Amino acid sequence: MIRPILRRVGAGVLVLWAAATAAYLALLAAPGDTVDAIIGDGADTPLIRAQIIQEWHLDRPAVVQYADFLWRAVHGDLGRSYLLQRPVAEVIGGQLAPTLKLAATAAGFGILLALVLALVARRPWVRRLSSTTELVLVSTPPFLIGIVLLSVFSFRLGWFPVSGDRGAAALVLPAITMGLPIAGTLAQVLRDGLDRALEEPFAVTARSRGLRERSVLVRHALKHALLPAVTMLGWSFGVLIGGTVIIEQVFGRPGLGQVTVQAVSSSDLPVVLAVVILAAAVFVVINTVTDLAYLLIDPRLRRS
Amino acid sequence: MTIALTRPGTARLNLRVPRPGVAAATLFLAVALTAAIGPSLFAGDPLAADPLHVLEGPSGRHWFGTDQLGRDVFARVVHGARHSLSIGVAATLIAVGSGILIGLIAGLSHRIADEALSRSVDALSAFPLVLLALLFIAIAGPGTTSLIVAIGVALIPHFARVVRAQTFVVRRAAYVTHAVAFGAARSRLVLRHVLPNVLGPVPVLAVIGLSEAILLAAGLSFLGLGPQPPSPEWGAMISEGRGYLHIAWWASVLPGLVVTATIISLTVVGRFCQRRFEGREIA
Repeated sequence: MIRPILRRVGAGVLVLWAAATAAYLALLAAPGDTVDAIIGDGADTPLIRAQIIQEWHLDRPAVVQYADFLWRAVHGDLGRSYLLQRPVAEVIGGQLAPTLKLAATAAGFGILLALVLALVARRPWVRRLSSTTELVLVSTPPFLIGIVLLSVFSFRLGWFPVSGDRGAAALVLPAITMGLPIAGTLAQVLRDGLDRALEEPFAVTARSRGLRERSVLVRHALKHALLPAVTMLGWSFGVLIGGTVIIEQVFGRPGLGQVTVQAVSSSDLPVVLAVVILAAAVFVVINTVTDLAYLLIDPRLRRS
Repeated sequence: MTIALTRPGTARLNLRVPRPGVAAATLFLAVALTAAIGPSLFAGDPLAADPLHVLEGPSGRHWFGTDQLGRDVFARVVHGARHSLSIGVAATLIAVGSGILIGLIAGLSHRIADEALSRSVDALSAFPLVLLALLFIAIAGPGTTSLIVAIGVALIPHFARVVRAQTFVVRRAAYVTHAVAFGAARSRLVLRHVLPNVLGPVPVLAVIGLSEAILLAAGLSFLGLGPQPPSPEWGAMISEGRGYLHIAWWASVLPGLVVTATIISLTVVGRFCQRRFEGREIA
């Protein structure tokens, strides 16, 4: 039991290191001079240039800078923003709360809706309707869902605020927008899993014991259908991250997505790098935990 | 188990394509055809501003209405189709080409090189798709070319993984070992025997990849990181029309519906091909 766990954790650390290195290489490969990027629109004199080179340690060899970057990253220091001249950790930390709130609400809504869609819509025609809806949800660009919701419920009906992050009402539309595509995909995976589980011998046994179809579905088939859905956790996280970048723009919400877009359009590389590395770290952690959860759930995997 | 074994007719090859599949394929062909010939045949000038007819609703003259500068939204959507589809196709080609190359090299190399390549691909896919593309754009600057490359690079892992797995199977196949025994040169071995047999699942993946690329491109242009205004691109149009949502929904919702229809048609076609390829039954 210990060895497979160690192997998976080790693989996760390795992937994370590779991701950080790739991100650092990307920084090195960026065209243009780092000093120019830091100066931005500020005063440009040889003295200031020399100061910047000294302050950011740009005169050291690349390998030393790389080692320094890794060492600091391990300690949670992700450098300073070129644009805002503040530590990146501070810039990101300040915007983390609204984004987490949105992502968590969206994920909760998405998972709940997926469960309802997969468990309730079992009759042939409801099923067809529901799988068509799921297809549409998965294929619609999230920002379009957001725009349509915004124009109907905020502009036409005035039920929800048009932008900002004040109160629970402002959270409703963005969370629905972000949760719908997740619900669409998860519902499809869950339904496939349920269909497969209901044809297994254990389902027949349960039915022959006189269980009603609903209890076979909820008490026996659902557990098996949840396994592939757990695998989708990492994927959902990616959707959530990508979602925040766009949804926060649509609904004018503060958060990590806004910071990222701003950093990308002004080439504030330390901030972009930090967001990317942070996302990769969370992704690796989620995937490692998922793998470990599998070890717990399915004893057959422990042997290999 | 017994039910599955005795179901009649499963052994016969089912060549009938279901109706949604036909509809989806037709829809996509229509979009592709519009992108190819529409701009020169029937869509007007996408850049011609008309200050007297600003933000007018859909009518006989302007099928999709006009935008905040009085430009014809339909003309812009048709011209945008060419932009958005070529960005998607170009990005997919980059992803497919690099994916095949990386997958093939990884699958054919010895342990260390394979491990290094596979872990790099793993590292690449540890970034969420959008963030990877954003990182690339942050480095290369916004614009059409960097958008294409960014999406292309972000999609590489899909293809590299599958090709590597296929290569592992194929290199152990009897016809490959026989070719080795007959003394075939290494390049001939790879090009004649391994490569063609590795490519099987790639076209289906490419269809799905294309829909992802178009969706991602629309999202990134929506953020203002793709083709710069005034060039008509679906995502950029939706973003521009957003400011007038309360008085003119058509300027952003209609282009959005066209994007959605395109993605749906590609997804349906892709899934149909995937099921057929995997030999699963079509519901």
